[in-house]
Amino acid sequence: MEGFMYPNEVELQWSVLIVLYPFLTGLVAGAFILASLERIFRVEAVKPTYRLALLTALAFLIVAPMPLQLHLGHPERSLEMYLTPHRSSAMAMFGFVYLWYLMAVLLLEIWLDYRKDIVLLSQSTRGLKRFFYRTLTLGSNNISPGALHVDDRAGWVITLIGIPSAFLLHGYVGFIFGSVKANPWWSTPLMPVVFLFSAMVSGIALVMLVYLVTSAVRKAPVDMNCLDTIAKYLFYTFIIDFTLEMLDLIHRIYEADESFRSLDFMMHTRLFVSQIVLQVFLGTITPLLLLAATQLVRFSPSIRKGMYSLAGFCTLIGILAMRWNVVIGGQLFSKSFLGYTTYKMGFATREGLGPAIFLTVLPFAMLYVLVKLFPPWYEPLPPINPSPSAD
Amino acid sequence: MNLTRRQLLVLLPAAAAAWEYVLAGTPEAAPTYNSTEHWWGMLLDITKCIGCGSCVRACALENDVPDGYFRTWVERYHVSDFHIENPVVDSPDGGKEGFPPSEFTGGKNFFVPKFCNHCVDSPCTQVCPVGATFHTADGVVLVDQNYCVGCRYCIQACPYGCRFFHPTKHVADKCTLCYHRITKGLTTACCESCPTGARQLVDLKNPNDPIHIFLKTHSVQVLKPHLATGAKNFYNGLDGSVR
Repeated sequence: MEGFMYPNEVELQWSVLIVLYPFLTGLVAGAFILASLERIFRVEAVKPTYRLALLTALAFLIVAPMPLQLHLGHPERSLEMYLTPHRSSAMAMFGFVYLWYLMAVLLLEIWLDYRKDIVLLSQSTRGLKRFFYRTLTLGSNNISPGALHVDDRAGWVITLIGIPSAFLLHGYVGFIFGSVKANPWWSTPLMPVVFLFSAMVSGIALVMLVYLVTSAVRKAPVDMNCLDTIAKYLFYTFIIDFTLEMLDLIHRIYEADESFRSLDFMMHTRLFVSQIVLQVFLGTITPLLLLAATQLVRFSPSIRKGMYSLAGFCTLIGILAMRWNVVIGGQLFSKSFLGYTTYKMGFATREGLGPAIFLTVLPFAMLYVLVKLFPPWYEPLPPINPSPSAD
Repeated sequence: MNLTRRQLLVLLPAAAAAWEYVLAGTPEAAPTYNSTEHWWGMLLDITKCIGCGSCVRACALENDVPDGYFRTWVERYHVSDFHIENPVVDSPDGGKEGFPPSEFTGGKNFFVPKFCNHCVDSPCTQVCPVGATFHTADGVVLVDQNYCVGCRYCIQACPYGCRFFHPTKHVADKCTLCYHRITKGLTTACCESCPTGARQLVDLKNPNDPIHIFLKTHSVQVLKPHLATGAKNFYNGLDGSVR
């Protein structure tokens, strides 16, 4: 501790788990928005990643509330947010936005898109798998062209609803921070917008990386047209995101209100590594330069793949650092603007680094299972079991 | 009384719930207290505070406040003539045991007692996701600790640092304005223990409360007025350097 903190401020209230929460939901929103490019905006080039993006969104969405749950003092009371929500609270609306997005948008869209595959798999598999897929058909085995056309139209409408929903999901997360007038580091109307664009950036980068890694593991050729298009969208979105963040920064520096000296001190000391080195240089300028280079110079596919991988990886580090700087950075200074505290992170504690690493890896494990259950590769499905009734 | 088996089955769960309530112990009743007839606030006279820490100790004793956490605390300010915007502030252990002699000469030194401002438009109440933090009809902000989920959003939202996360109950905790006392006609523990009368509980709805004359005849201020929280802790002699 340095200078003066209000006595109750010495202890940080929101830990690394709360850093993780906006990071994970951001990946969800970004992945979904990338998927919707193909569906709504007819960007056919990104079709190879459409299903992969949806499954990625689902895997991360399932894990997203877990850090929150782990953080609560009384997790057994968390259902009260649904049963007796306080309508003026941004946090109370989380449950509803989350449920809407999970149930009404993502699950429905994935189900409609996979319905034909589910029906075929329910006929070609055996045992527990067969039971699983048969349950998922919800009793409808109609995969006639007419029925599939209806699915397609319904899926289109859901995606159309899904885009503002994805915006809402992550814009809302930004609002949770942006509406805290007690904290000048958080309190800015730009916060939801910055969160939204950084979410898109991180989600697109993640799907790009997952596509590259899964292609390498499967030894399948990478669709370079698809990859180039994703990288192009990543680049454009990143420019908007960077512009917004710089606008916020310049505004703060020029206006230099009562909190400025405090925040400026943090940028030069406690947040220097995470903000300047990791977020700005490694996580923003590096990927922007890499992506800009691929737009200007025609590199060979293998070099482009390497550059995209590096850009994607740096982007994810940069966005994670950005979440860290918002959540942890916003608690390192006193609301009296007269002192600073430090964040001591445990490892094997309830809110330590160990659970945080576990919750970061968990969505990938979940994605692995989802990909195994619902192959997103647009390849012919195995032949139908000639005697399904033999089970 | 004749009870059918059906009536008994209906009554049993209600009786079980009632019995649990009886076992839990019924709080002492305040039959004459009508919450709509009061509007509580506090007058803090900085010119009278001597930084003895009696209020902090009394509060901790009365409300079983855990060590290292504070429902109320006292800050000592040193403001030099050339750095009005950069005061040097300390509050060792919340001022609980008073203060060591000041190392500064020149400028001015004074004490500022702090605790929940029981704001009319309290940001903590606004953000609570389940409504566990609420306003009473007599203007006190309270936390229902049997309902709080422990998300700590309210602690982030309080501009004055008045809330803390209770280390054993795992819920938000704060000053209750000694609600268990004031509803029985007593004053708060901090006011009662203050040897100089620097803290005075005031009832703004009571026309006979001396606060009305005091407010008319003195320049009083609230903390961080630009945040428009409707704070009800009125400070007399508040220096512009106080945060």
